[in-house]
Amino acid sequence: MWQDLQDCLFDAPFTVIAVAEEGRGAEQARPWIEQARPGYPCLIDSEHRVSALYGMVNVPQCVWIDEQGVIVRPPETAGSTDHFRKMDQATRTMAPEDVAARLAARTAYFQAVRDWVRTGKHALPADAARARLPVITGEMAQADALFRLGLHLRRLGQEDEAAECFAEASRLHPESWCIFRDAQVLEPSGFAGGAGFWERVNALGDKPFYKPPSF
Amino acid sequence: MATVLCDSGTHEVPSGAGLVLSPADTERVTGWALKPEGMCRDELCVKLMPVMRQGERIDVAAFWRHLGNPVASDRAGATWVLGSGPDERQSALAGLVAPDFALPDLAGKVHRLSDYRGQKVFLTTWASW
Repeated sequence: MWQDLQDCLFDAPFTVIAVAEEGRGAEQARPWIEQARPGYPCLIDSEHRVSALYGMVNVPQCVWIDEQGVIVRPPETAGSTDHFRKMDQATRTMAPEDVAARLAARTAYFQAVRDWVRTGKHALPADAARARLPVITGEMAQADALFRLGLHLRRLGQEDEAAECFAEASRLHPESWCIFRDAQVLEPSGFAGGAGFWERVNALGDKPFYKPPSF
Repeated sequence: MATVLCDSGTHEVPSGAGLVLSPADTERVTGWALKPEGMCRDELCVKLMPVMRQGERIDVAAFWRHLGNPVASDRAGATWVLGSGPDERQSALAGLVAPDFALPDLAGKVHRLSDYRGQKVFLTTWASW
């Protein structure tokens, strides 16, 4: 989907930079990247460094950065919606109207990106951008350190101790789906969508999984 | 040897009880140098409390926590993570200058965010999981 954005803005001073938050490393992301054949930089972040730097808690989240390297829209959901929460769990399919609504939301978001690139529309003034920045707490910083330790230990094959690090990281930073999901044992499909994921999603109640961006 | 993971990369240091290093290893890993006035980095110096010293060596974990930064280690003391504290991270964001990073693509080529100055950047994360 980001290739469409890159393609239609080919004549503008603009690039997508897609960062794969893959604690298991590049090989986990390779099939997806090779299938997408992206014409923009697609980077591998095996320690979730970008999420930590920008205070991101889910994927996909995006940041808009202007030509001077200034953040003009802090982290926000990049075109995804919560319609998946209504899917049929047995068949993992969504109702046609939900599929359509999700597509409409994504299309609207990418139109906003195009408007920003062409006209500057939707870029926030500094005070407004600052007001939307995530608040980094001591618990979140400790969680990031524990998560990084857990990833390192998992790579060394020390699964049990890694799991302890992940559990404590998730306890300290419960809003981070990145920490929770990359710590999971993956299904054969490679998806971290087991019962634990759905229990956690359902426990959100009225809170969003993908908070809609505000324009 | 023990492994220390921090923002500057991965470092191998002599192992022992805790993360207690020589001044030279401390500077190599953290960027903070031992001087008569304390531990210094650039123009900033922080007094080194007696509890952070073991003879000539420095209890780096204690010093790092004293700075307000997170520390994590495995049970064996073989791997340490020295993270960035909330104040440092928050103030980096509050300036609105996009924090720089360097990451490889699939081919191993390293890209820095700052390489793309002069263009609008749509920085997005994703994952296979």
